Amino acid sequence: MKLNERSVAHYATCDSPADHTGFLRQRVERHHHHAHHATSYQRRWFVLKGNLLFYFEERESREPMGLVVLEGCTVELCEAAEEFAFAIRFDDAGAKACVLVADGQAAMEAWVKALSRASFDYMRLVVRELEKQLEEACKSLAACRKSPRRSSSGRKRHLSNPALGPVPEKPAVLENGYCTWGSSGEPGGTPCPERDGGYSKPPPLPPRRRSAGGSAAASPAPGPALAWQESPVSPETACFSKLHNWYGQEIAVLRREWLERQRRGNL
Amino acid sequence: MRYNERELLCLARQPAEKAAEILMRVPKKGSVLKKRLVKLVVNFLFYFRTDEAEPIGALLLEHCRITKEEENVFSISFIEEPERKYCFECDSEEQCQEWIEALKRASYEFMRRSLIFYRNEIQKMTGKDPLEQYGISEEARFQLGTRKQ
Repeated sequence: MKLNERSVAHYATCDSPADHTGFLRQRVERHHHHAHHATSYQRRWFVLKGNLLFYFEERESREPMGLVVLEGCTVELCEAAEEFAFAIRFDDAGAKACVLVADGQAAMEAWVKALSRASFDYMRLVVRELEKQLEEACKSLAACRKSPRRSSSGRKRHLSNPALGPVPEKPAVLENGYCTWGSSGEPGGTPCPERDGGYSKPPPLPPRRRSAGGSAAASPAPGPALAWQESPVSPETACFSKLHNWYGQEIAVLRREWLERQRRGNL
Repeated sequence: MRYNERELLCLARQPAEKAAEILMRVPKKGSVLKKRLVKLVVNFLFYFRTDEAEPIGALLLEHCRITKEEENVFSISFIEEPERKYCFECDSEEQCQEWIEALKRASYEFMRRSLIFYRNEIQKMTGKDPLEQYGISEEARFQLGTRKQ
């Protein structure tokens, strides 16, 4: 099978950063014609880039000697005659494992860690997880915005990465508790969370809160009575740190407003 | 350069992100468009004769450029040799665009950049590093802003 070797070799030696490098001894089996194996360990310079492990005869070699493609493999410590040995084993039955020997315990551990996370599939998994988290973070923040102008559409530019599917273009009127924090309360009419003693009950509704999907000129009509009893708990706010940050933003905004009013002598 | 061909062949048999029969021309003198089964698996593009189980060849899709050529046609070339183009003629403009998009996203380097971007954005928005919970924040491959591309 052909491979675009020149390009692959170029990728190996170009100055794109490597994920891990170092000397390792590679087990080499030599077959003699009387069917007797000679096992030796050759010291080579290894360079890990993405899911590709290149090895060079010398650190200064201009071209890689070889390449190990790291998809569909597992990395494990191995019981070899050598200390600090580990093996790259392939899913393909009958394939020979690639046995490597590090210079010491720390080097071995670092290589095993780096190699076991090298697959494209693993990277893809992490990227997808972060995509989801980013979407959730956007939704949470969009719901916090007081001014509906600054809706999630501003964030969408960041998310229009071709890798992502389209983020739904809709106002952040979500099924969770956020949208019930409607346009209730007047400025200063609601007890400020700062003045509230503790958090023995769900924090009171922040004043001047408009639903993100509502019109800009939301009148301070009392929101649904529901809002007072409910806390903004939803599957998305089950994570305390998110909830904590969310409240933190509210408090920062309220504090600013309170200071403003103080300055204007409006209290 | 040696490589674990056996593992590559195994990879070629894995479910593909994208596969289709497309006319393909390799950058060799006198070569013509031939119908090939083209299969995208992770960051490799395998190409097969339509009736064979083993690929004729594989292209590693790192540091490559995907270019729209004329109608229905796109090409793959590599940074160090931009004139050497692998050409692909699709059945329709739509198919052509789909392949271009898929191939542009198919490199490990692209995914790495996406990950770093998301990590950065999430950190800005929530103040937390999303990788911490996986214990991989310190891995070289996930570092923010220290890589030159």
